[in-house]
Amino acid sequence: MPKNPNVKRVLVIGSGPIVIGQAAEFDYAGTQACRSLKEEGMEVILVNSNPATIMTDGDIADKVYIEPLTTKVLEQIIIKEKPDSLLPNMGGQAGLNLGMELDESGFLAAHNVLLLGTTAKTIRKAEDRLEFKETMEKIGEPCAPSLVVENIEDGVAFAKEIGYPVVLRPAYTLGGSGGGIAHNQLELEEILANGLRLSRVGQVLVERCIAGWKEIEYEVMRDSAGNCITVCNMENIDPVGVHTGDSIVVAPSQTLGDKEYQMLRSAALNIINELEITGGCNVQFALHPTSFEYCVIEVNPRVSRSSALASKATGYPIAKVAAKIALGYTLDEIKNAITGKTYASFEPTLDYCVVKIPRLPFDKFITAKRTLTTQMKATGEVMSIANNFEGALMKAIRSLEQHVDCLRSYDFSALTAEELLERMEIVDDQRIYIIAEAIRKGVDYDTIHRITMVDHWFIDKIAILTEMEERLEREPLTVELLKEAKRIEFPDNVIARLTGKTEDEIKNMRYENGIVAAFKMVDTCAAEFAASTPYYYSVFGSETEVVESHPKKKVLVLGSGPIRIGQGIEFDYCSVHATWAFAKEGYETIIINNNPETVSTDFDIADKLYFEPLTPEDVENIVNVEKPDGAVVQFGGQTAIKLTESLMKMGVPILGTKAEDVDAAEDRELFDRILEETEIPRAAGGTVYTAEQAKEVANRLGYPVLVRPSYVLGGQGMQIAISDTEIEEFMAVINRYEQEHPILVDKYLQGKELEVDAVCDGTDILIPGIMEHIERTGVHSGDSISVYPAPTVSDKVKETIAEYSRRLAKALHVIGLINIQFIAMGDEVYVIEVNPRSSRTVPYISKVTGIPIVDLATEVIIGKKIRDLGYEPGLQPAADYFAVKMPVFSFEKIRGAEISLGPEMKSTGECLGIAKTFNEALYKAFLGAGVSLPKHKQMIITVKDADKGEAIEVARRFAKLGYIIYATRSTAAALNDAGVKARKVNKIHQESPTVMDLILGHRIDLVIDTPTQGRDKSRDGFLIRRTSIETGVNCITAMDTAAALVTSLENAASQGEMTLIDIASIAKRGFVR
Amino acid sequence: MRAFLILEDGTVFEGTHIGARREIISEIVFNTSMAGYLEVLTDPSYAGQAVCMTYPLIGNYGICTEDMESRKPWCDGFIVRELSRLPSNFRCDMTIQQFLEDNGVPGIAGIDTRALTRILREKGTMNGMITTDEAYDLDTIIPKLKAYTTGKVVERVTCGEKYTLQGEKGLKVALLDLGTKDNIARSLAARGCDVTVYPATTTAAEILADQPDGIMLSNGPGDPKECTIIIEEIRKLYESDVPIFAICLGHQLMALATGADTFKMKYGHRGGNHPVKDLSTGRVYISSQNHGYVVDMDKLDPKVAVPAFVNVNDGTNEGLSYTGKNIFTVQFHPEACPGPQDSGFLFDRFIEMIKEGQRHA
Repeated sequence: MPKNPNVKRVLVIGSGPIVIGQAAEFDYAGTQACRSLKEEGMEVILVNSNPATIMTDGDIADKVYIEPLTTKVLEQIIIKEKPDSLLPNMGGQAGLNLGMELDESGFLAAHNVLLLGTTAKTIRKAEDRLEFKETMEKIGEPCAPSLVVENIEDGVAFAKEIGYPVVLRPAYTLGGSGGGIAHNQLELEEILANGLRLSRVGQVLVERCIAGWKEIEYEVMRDSAGNCITVCNMENIDPVGVHTGDSIVVAPSQTLGDKEYQMLRSAALNIINELEITGGCNVQFALHPTSFEYCVIEVNPRVSRSSALASKATGYPIAKVAAKIALGYTLDEIKNAITGKTYASFEPTLDYCVVKIPRLPFDKFITAKRTLTTQMKATGEVMSIANNFEGALMKAIRSLEQHVDCLRSYDFSALTAEELLERMEIVDDQRIYIIAEAIRKGVDYDTIHRITMVDHWFIDKIAILTEMEERLEREPLTVELLKEAKRIEFPDNVIARLTGKTEDEIKNMRYENGIVAAFKMVDTCAAEFAASTPYYYSVFGSETEVVESHPKKKVLVLGSGPIRIGQGIEFDYCSVHATWAFAKEGYETIIINNNPETVSTDFDIADKLYFEPLTPEDVENIVNVEKPDGAVVQFGGQTAIKLTESLMKMGVPILGTKAEDVDAAEDRELFDRILEETEIPRAAGGTVYTAEQAKEVANRLGYPVLVRPSYVLGGQGMQIAISDTEIEEFMAVINRYEQEHPILVDKYLQGKELEVDAVCDGTDILIPGIMEHIERTGVHSGDSISVYPAPTVSDKVKETIAEYSRRLAKALHVIGLINIQFIAMGDEVYVIEVNPRSSRTVPYISKVTGIPIVDLATEVIIGKKIRDLGYEPGLQPAADYFAVKMPVFSFEKIRGAEISLGPEMKSTGECLGIAKTFNEALYKAFLGAGVSLPKHKQMIITVKDADKGEAIEVARRFAKLGYIIYATRSTAAALNDAGVKARKVNKIHQESPTVMDLILGHRIDLVIDTPTQGRDKSRDGFLIRRTSIETGVNCITAMDTAAALVTSLENAASQGEMTLIDIASIAKRGFVR
Repeated sequence: MRAFLILEDGTVFEGTHIGARREIISEIVFNTSMAGYLEVLTDPSYAGQAVCMTYPLIGNYGICTEDMESRKPWCDGFIVRELSRLPSNFRCDMTIQQFLEDNGVPGIAGIDTRALTRILREKGTMNGMITTDEAYDLDTIIPKLKAYTTGKVVERVTCGEKYTLQGEKGLKVALLDLGTKDNIARSLAARGCDVTVYPATTTAAEILADQPDGIMLSNGPGDPKECTIIIEEIRKLYESDVPIFAICLGHQLMALATGADTFKMKYGHRGGNHPVKDLSTGRVYISSQNHGYVVDMDKLDPKVAVPAFVNVNDGTNEGLSYTGKNIFTVQFHPEACPGPQDSGFLFDRFIEMIKEGQRHA
């Protein structure tokens, strides 16, 4: 069927800010879809509130709106842009829900907008719990029996009917709060009572427990003619009970025979046919481990995290094909872009094994529960490819960048076998290491399987790895043993550790005996057909398929690895743009990355893609084969920067700012010297290694002080300390891992924080604009609301910042990007830190100023001058609109995480508000972040003494807007004394009703709770904040944020139609030279 | 123990010996199915060939005897990247190592199967030897490899005597066993047919004498043109007006029996991911395939037969519909095992065709 001729102007909805469970994979899918639509000559109008995405670039879509994802905004955009159709299934659940709302309200029909891809009816069938169950029953596909109950009696009765254990899931609570597994009536009554209380609608789902069954997923495609294929199936190593996003996943399934494989495949096809999905769909099954019994867990009628993984695991571009299907094409009309010969109507076959491991944020949230449940907690993931499972697992482990490189990386050797078995009952991110240790201690497979329900096959594979560890420790290292260790991907440094040799000795022994990595292709077809745009993975003991070519200059672009808090999608944006810019300048481009969710690992971004861990050894293997002319490290975040030294040792020139200059910015002494030379003031401070030294420096400077490790992103481990005790505590946390670099202790200055990203060509500097943070210093820049152009600082401060930036960039010999953070106290400007590399704010500032700074940085890196590129150096004139970048958090997903803001970054994503006035931009930013007030116009204020003054002013403004204010004792007294009416409410431990009862009454819109200085030790404050988050109540922990919110609300009252700004037109204006 | 795979172009792969200790010369082919190695091993169509699995991890779920597609493995040799040391499945009866040994099938593990596949793709299917002889001499081996042909293999794999499988509804289907996979008979029986399986050497007269309602020609091994006598008998079945459905070799033999031609493909289709298009509806199905020969579409006489299915990837013939006859045949395997079950409806179509014919009779 040819494409629908009536489709010419397509509106695509993105997924909004990155949150846990809805992350970079939708930028990847959306970008691929947009490119696919443009390939077909469509005009693409894109809406997404997330400025860090590649999809929101002017060269991906024709019109780009970085606006809050609400129906009201979408309606306005539809009226303005008059699209003839809407593609809703590329933007995750957020995009899908919006598309449905517009369809159901009749708005799409009224404006002649066709819903492309899957229909509203289909989505309801897949998403509505009851309709889905009925549909599955109709076609004979089994679901786990379940019932929604509103009281304990019904729950008990139903549990009796289906048998224990049962799973309980309260409706409308976040982070799985109040849910759990009940093994008997006593447990059921307890959990159910709590769940009913936490649920906003007083409903809990009681479901037969299928925990422990194998979890198997299929990615399915279907076109409008009814042709169906499965792209890939995947098996979760962690059985049902752990969210697939938090499971270690392998593709294809390993422990299924053809009978099981085809049974589930046929079921998946049966389901997609019945739902009449056109496009991509993910079907999750639970398969009984010792029978053919199975249940359908869920169906996602859209692209998803799993579909991104399946695309990267197989080479089959699901989003691209789904977009073409939406236009009316059938699978047999769409070319397989990897082979260039075959068609999309075939099933990829793999001749390798893929392992995905989630990147969990417990290193950020050290108070959080590490337990893995059905609520996803991972912020990102890594994928690795090898031709054996052991090797793929080893590669994935070292790709995580969490101080792990083998199954001994968490040391549980002190535990006895019995203790290990007890510990094994806990399902968390360390369980695989526990299993390995249990095997070392001689625990049999059956026992491990009984506790974990991990299949024997996987347990045996783990055993093969622990056996190799032992052999390396005990036996002399023969060539044969080394070959075998490399076959299952033991890195040289681990072999060195186990054999007591040096890493260089191992490497030399390898090279002498020809034990080198070979590179194989991901080609969708197991070599059955020749491939035109494949990508590569390494294996040992095979022939290499990379054909060495050197027709033009070759550049290596190092990616940024898994998405984590502090190093997000922004760096992928930078890597991809740098790659494109190099390609435009005639370079052959090579990307190395291991993140399956990103655009950079799409098959056609770089000339060559290597899906590999980003460790020195893995990178060296590629360098040996490709012999690049240079590498760029400044775009791939800390992951890439960390590889600088190794690359230089390999003889690969670093393009752009030199390594020693990067060091100069991080090294305290060198940097202090530069600041002296350039006469730029900074907060006094010192470098230390031990707690004793830290206390000495702190006392010399006077508290409060800022403590942080050097060479980290996202302020990891950064804290404000107010006492010696706190210094001791923080230093202990930082020194959990051996620190290669000293720890910095600085006097804490409280002032306005400002930030610039700039391009420097060695002589001139181009500063697109100055960003000002709403929160005072002390809140990490990534967690602050950031405003461009800086609204409240004087021209003198701006001039000083421009001048200091110029001096710093020059002194550091920056060639490419530089990010500098400043503090302004009055007209005095201090520098906080300088990063001669790309930063989190690069995509944001590029988009709102229309100055493509990654492209410019790339051109500068290859030798061009800013003046030659059509720009006048210096600070560029400010825009005539405001852009507010708002951080977005995922606290509700991480149980037990401390939510109060501080110097360590906690946000997972961001959204943008852009408008003619500051107030409107701020309003849009809050709206985009999902802060939708008011519902009940009731709020709670409980602040520390130092904040009481500001709290009075903020409370007064809220009161004026009609809010009823509750406050704890001292805050209430302060408010009432100042004439702001506040109702006193008891603290948690006092008699009921307490502040907690109030929150659980589901009548509160907002909690303002500022923790006491430093790290809040009060259990009360922590509980209040957690309970708010878990019951869906907005909770603000900084007075500046609260003030901004009330400003936004004051404005909302007078807010009529919103102004819409097409980002693509800004970009075009920016290009005028 | 070390083992070697020697190809007729002189390429030598070194690996580890698996299975029975025996030297073999055979035609080397590759299969791209990711699961279903037992079904591959026991598919009689592989007689005269040694199979390389492109999926590198084989034996993960061991041997579930009830999944066998015939009474024993038929391929001459088995070539894998890695055999699982621990099979894991609730139905597992034994390890694949044991199975190969018990059945006298030698093999080689630990070789770069992808490199082998690339050679076969570029140069076409070729003959090879699996040996454990460390002192192999290429000069004497290669001429032997070049001389090897699979020869007449159908007679080797077909059943010794006829037997029946009872369905419920009693449509009588005669299944000519040219090397049939058990799931063909099972698929018919599951749909209520009474299936009688005949040895390949059975004459048309003998089959027709049993008065079947329909005739099914099975899959099977080797070059179809070697089956000269069977082709003659099939010509008689063609003329009998009994509805016929044929799969794979049966499809090729029917084509040859009615004046069409077949040729050997460069490296064939073996796997579970081949898209075939039903030309009457435009629908595409993912099919299970195992064939090295194909019907030449250019030499079809439309008065006799017209293409019913084509392969979406390379445009080769995947099925024929016989003009003026209740006969249709497919190159792929609707009985699956291993592979997708998407085209299982063809058995229903066959039964419908039989019933339709009876209504008009």
